Amino acid sequence: MGSSLIFLAALLAIGIWWLSRQGLMSKPWLEQGVVAEAPFPRDFTSSAARMGLGVFLAVVGSLFALLISAYAIRMQVSDWRDVPLPKVLWLNTGMLILSSAALQSAWNAARKAEEDALMVGLFAAGVAALAFLSGQLLAWRQLTADGYFLTSNAANAFFYMLTGIHGLHLLGGLVALSRTIALAWRGAQPERVRLSVGLCATYWHFLLIVWFILLSVLTAWVGIALDICRQLLT
Amino acid sequence: MVDVPLGHVGPVPGADIEDVELYHPHSWITKYVFAQDAKVIAIQYSLTALSVGLIALVLSWLMRLQLGFPGVFSFIDANAYYQFITMHGMMMVVYVLTALFLGGFGNYLIPLMVGARDMVFPYVNMLSFWVYLLAVLILIASFFAPGGPTGAGWTLYPPQAILSGTPGGQEWGIVLMLASLMVFIIGFTMGGLNYVVTVLQARARGMTLMRMPLTVWGIFTASFMALLAFPALFVGCVMMMFDRIFGTSFFLPAIVEMGQPLERSGGSPLLFQHLFWFFGHPEVYIVALPAFGIVSDLISTHARRNIFGYRMMVWALLAIGALSFVVWAHHMYVSGMNPYFGFFFATTTLIIAIPTAIKVYNWILTLWRGNIHLTVPMLFALAFIVTFVNGGLTGLFLGNVVVDVPLSDTMFVVAHFHMVMGVAPILVIFGAIYHWYPKVTGRMLNDTLGKLHFWVTFLGAYAIFFPMHYLGLMGVPRRYYEMGEMSFVPPSAHTLNAFITIVALVVGATQLTFVFNLFWSLRHGKVAGSNPWRATTLEWQTPETPPSHGNWGKAPPIVYRWAYDYSVPGAAEDFLPQNQPSAQAVSGEAHG
Repeated sequence: MGSSLIFLAALLAIGIWWLSRQGLMSKPWLEQGVVAEAPFPRDFTSSAARMGLGVFLAVVGSLFALLISAYAIRMQVSDWRDVPLPKVLWLNTGMLILSSAALQSAWNAARKAEEDALMVGLFAAGVAALAFLSGQLLAWRQLTADGYFLTSNAANAFFYMLTGIHGLHLLGGLVALSRTIALAWRGAQPERVRLSVGLCATYWHFLLIVWFILLSVLTAWVGIALDICRQLLT
Repeated sequence: MVDVPLGHVGPVPGADIEDVELYHPHSWITKYVFAQDAKVIAIQYSLTALSVGLIALVLSWLMRLQLGFPGVFSFIDANAYYQFITMHGMMMVVYVLTALFLGGFGNYLIPLMVGARDMVFPYVNMLSFWVYLLAVLILIASFFAPGGPTGAGWTLYPPQAILSGTPGGQEWGIVLMLASLMVFIIGFTMGGLNYVVTVLQARARGMTLMRMPLTVWGIFTASFMALLAFPALFVGCVMMMFDRIFGTSFFLPAIVEMGQPLERSGGSPLLFQHLFWFFGHPEVYIVALPAFGIVSDLISTHARRNIFGYRMMVWALLAIGALSFVVWAHHMYVSGMNPYFGFFFATTTLIIAIPTAIKVYNWILTLWRGNIHLTVPMLFALAFIVTFVNGGLTGLFLGNVVVDVPLSDTMFVVAHFHMVMGVAPILVIFGAIYHWYPKVTGRMLNDTLGKLHFWVTFLGAYAIFFPMHYLGLMGVPRRYYEMGEMSFVPPSAHTLNAFITIVALVVGATQLTFVFNLFWSLRHGKVAGSNPWRATTLEWQTPETPPSHGNWGKAPPIVYRWAYDYSVPGAAEDFLPQNQPSAQAVSGEAHG
């Protein structure tokens, strides 16, 4: 459960840092009047939405940290046989990076109110994300064709499950992205569009980071790195 | 308390943000069925959870009948018994307690107590309830599925949970259970996001974090914990679903089932236990922290005294929340894990007793020299403190590895966790319903029926669970359909079991007076007025009772003080509402 605890420790650090700025040492029984302003965001909707996404990302992060914990525990059993990763995964990784970069450029364009660049960025991100997902399906097909079935080894099962859950999250993101595109297409308020694009971009970057971590776990790089550290220590 | 004016005490100009745009219902359906108003959603959540609670109560009757009078009731065979146990446990922990505290009280109280007009994402909030209802329906459906519900025990330990020897293991039972839990978790996440973000973002002007009532602190912390802990159960459910449906070997080791070797190997049952308890232990506090918060407010209000050590109370809540994530393996001392883990987890478990004890002392010191009104909510709150201390103390025993090993899987454990996370939180729920019912409906619950309900429930719960500790010490195992020939169990144990069953039947039946009271008082209860308990917190200061959509009429309240200004010297009344600018304003004296 190491990775889950590390994740929780990181959240705890953020929580303590945040709480430490919230007057937790104040003595409310001695204070009257509107002493300290409650944090009043100028733009209520957008800050609530950003905070909502942030908390949601913590939940998703917790989910993946736990999956990786389970992976780490299960791989210690002797029947574990690593899966040779299909080459197409590297292409997919490139697609996901492209997708993230395109959304970032769309976000920048939205901030500068460049509508054409915004639409190009949004569509490019969507197409690249779809390419990533189809590439993942291709990887699944290659693995089954090579005889690495879901049930034949727990390593295979983990590969399908981890990539599947990551893919489902991206699919959910695509729903949000398509709504954002519709919003921009209809020419909604620029502020509203900017908010949506920003939320999508944040979510995309997060999923990209998750993918990097999953990839490093699946390629056993993490294991190798840990082994090196252990040897250095002993 | 001395009046220490800091900054300007006089009236402050209204908040300079525009109103949050609210979705206003236009038809009966959008107002009461697909409602986006947190208060309506709260009532929907509460009624659903209470109904599930009644089903779970009947299930506990059925299994008590078997334990008290083994073999008398032919329709309870071993399979049915395990199904009753499993469904009773899972329903009570997840679908009743969690849903009621967070979905019910969270939805009703958070926006009102922090001075918001509604939750920040009303549409998602509505979805949360309907997804929860779907989870409940899937769960109930398993009663009617071929093979009936799962009988794996509420912990659903593999491999037995998905093998054919367990009821529902190779049929629909376990699949529906896992599906229902996954749906529940998705629904809860939608709600939980709302609870957390509303507290962080939608507080009224002047409502600093440290001015929030402890109820909000408790629900807020618990929601955060639930958001982080439920994914562990989700992961466990997904993986077990894979094992059950696709035939993977996440949890299933090489195993011989009914003489046939299965095509599985290497799976780790221990892995599931880690995942389950990584959720399961925080879950105890997900239920307990809202109860802690609510009890603090009940005690302070009904003893007309400010809460003792408010800051400590907040810090203790946060400390318990954080610590509860590093104690999970104390549920696994006998699972065969590394013994050094046991040492670590025993230590962290005992450390949790410190912040918990701080809370108990602070409740008692709040009562000290208070003007205690023995109203029904107060009776329930006091009963909670006693019960929680009782259940907590046996927890200290069980937290130690050497004491736990012989007591593991005995009735002692059953008695312990029913006291500490069954009876104690339920007492708070009852107290809270008696306390806030007047705000929800505008009428008081009947006092005589309430007192009857309290005394039978409180004394009855002790008559049920206190003797159970002795059964456990004697070695009577839990989860056994019948005891058969066990030389170490004297005949008196059977008499005791019969006694417990009879009391359980009586206590269960008494809950009907509560249900009756809920419906009867709706029309015939005494009209409550807006603030019958003369409480300080914002929900009692709404312009209308019950509060209308949007809660606050024209302008949201401005908060001038903390939530516990009771019996302030020099004030005209013995309470100062949070939105009252100065102590003198009520008495009509000139501003000093």
